[in-house]
Amino acid sequence: MIGAMNDNATGTLETRSRGSRRSADLIFQGISTGSGIFVVLAIVLIGVFLLIQSVPSLAANNANFLFSAQFSTTDAGNLRFGIRDLLLVTVLSSAFALVIAMPIALGIALFLTQYAPTTLRRPFAYLIDVLAAVPSIVYGLWGLAVLGPALVPVAEWLNATFGWFPLFANGNVSIGGGGTIFTAGIVLAVMILPIITSITREVFRQTPADHIEGALALGATKWEMIRATVLPYGRSGYIGASMLGLGRALGETVAVLIILRTSTDPTTFSLFDGGYTFASKIASAAAEFNQPLPTGAYIAAGLVLFVLTFVVNAIARSIVGGKVNR
Amino acid sequence: MATTESIVNQPATPTPFQHISGSRKIKNALATALVTVAFLIALVPLGWLLVTVITRGFDAILSANWWSHSLSGVMPDEFAGGVYHALYGSIIQGLICAVIAVPLGIFTAIYLVEYGAGGRLARAVTFMVDILSGVPSIVAALFIFALWISVLGFPQSAFAVSLALVLLMLPVVVRSTEEMLRLVPDELREASYALGVPKWKTIARVVLPTALSGMVTGVMLALARVLGETAPVLILVGYSRSINFNVLEGNMASLPLLIYNELVSNPEAAGQLRAWGAALTLIIVIMILNLIAAASSRFSAIKNK
Repeated sequence: MIGAMNDNATGTLETRSRGSRRSADLIFQGISTGSGIFVVLAIVLIGVFLLIQSVPSLAANNANFLFSAQFSTTDAGNLRFGIRDLLLVTVLSSAFALVIAMPIALGIALFLTQYAPTTLRRPFAYLIDVLAAVPSIVYGLWGLAVLGPALVPVAEWLNATFGWFPLFANGNVSIGGGGTIFTAGIVLAVMILPIITSITREVFRQTPADHIEGALALGATKWEMIRATVLPYGRSGYIGASMLGLGRALGETVAVLIILRTSTDPTTFSLFDGGYTFASKIASAAAEFNQPLPTGAYIAAGLVLFVLTFVVNAIARSIVGGKVNR
Repeated sequence: MATTESIVNQPATPTPFQHISGSRKIKNALATALVTVAFLIALVPLGWLLVTVITRGFDAILSANWWSHSLSGVMPDEFAGGVYHALYGSIIQGLICAVIAVPLGIFTAIYLVEYGAGGRLARAVTFMVDILSGVPSIVAALFIFALWISVLGFPQSAFAVSLALVLLMLPVVVRSTEEMLRLVPDELREASYALGVPKWKTIARVVLPTALSGMVTGVMLALARVLGETAPVLILVGYSRSINFNVLEGNMASLPLLIYNELVSNPEAAGQLRAWGAALTLIIVIMILNLIAAASSRFSAIKNK
């Protein structure tokens, strides 16, 4: 099987001498192939180990795993845990982040590829990439201490004006505290902005010059040119990039853990709820990971998160396809 | 343009595309404005965050013992001590991770570009690298917890953290190396084969050195990414206020873990100052890695774009 892999274009030019040179070649190829196989195995092992470790706890679970809002693991003899609230909070915060980040990322990608002066495109793009270099704990710190309090008037106004709409209704934590999905979602939006932007930018940049020049030659304004050529060409890449951003938001841990207030009440599916996402719930319980059964409950939650991000990322990659290598 | 030309040179009727109606002009101007505003909006959190971290953490990192002392024996409300222990932890965890992830990543990339190109296994590897880059850090940490601590029975340690970081660093190294290897011109490989150099030696002595600076860039950026990860350190190692050189046993601090602990368990002003100071320190470390990456890409032997 390894020999069959060897016949690419350059392989035919190779000197096929026997002896030590050949065996050195085989060893080198073996190491390379082995590394590749290791990567495939790693993903499989992640799924398998999480599954094996969570099965005993799932069997001992006294609540409905999918529909219960409880997550009580203190008594190993009476585990009651379900992922309903974790799933709702995770999905709501990530979706909210996506709704904010998608249009802005689209605007930035267009600005960086079509509007910004050519010499400034690189430095400007670098500025956006700096957003990706900031560690999530620093985002959390900033969201908790600075952004959250600053957003309180906005949140209160939204709540007072649009409170009849379930998303803006009173949640299970105080709006004045700032520790709501609203704050967390905005921080998440900032965090996923550079991911969506960089891939979208990459796709937009590959729009065939013929199309662009053709549109301009027909008298299109810049915006009409973009609508006729860049956007249709880059649409799938943009959607895929947004899904990759969604995957990142779903799994974000510590920023959400720091920002969201906890609540004893179940979630009401309002932006002004607190609570836990999958990731922040697991991280919050890290200190209790000493008994296998309670730990397994969190590993089961981790498994759901793994499957969720796997599906989102796989779809995203199949949409983005071979257009970008990132 | 018409100003310099004589009237005879102009067409008798204006070309149909010269006149742009008002609504089209307005739409165009509106789009330009919106797109520019989108860019400016993104700069707001960036500037706001950096200014906040710098102003709040500046006093801490300039204090006498910041870079040379740990927090051993420092009371929660005492303005003293430093992050020496956490800096050591972050750097050693990052280094161990790099020692494992870099060769593994480079060989995987070599497989993808030089050996597997287009094959079924290569497609599977590419897909899995994509998936791995999307695995949340908390899931990577849980996996290492399940494998290393629950099943194999090792204690929580800095080494376990490094293992989890390997999973997060690997895809970044593979991607950047793969991209650089593909940029190496085939003429170089063919010239080498024509001289009778075996394939492995061609890769090791011709292809890799050509791609080296780009690979260094990728590794530095990957390292910068994993050093900021908090989820693995939360789950896989305990926090320690004093220095611990042993990576295989015992609690060890790291910059993200120190920030988290001061933030969660120390409401005193001194604790807040330490959290912001450690955040600034972490950003400085990441900035240094980014600068090395930028410097390295400047010396690139092959022109990227």
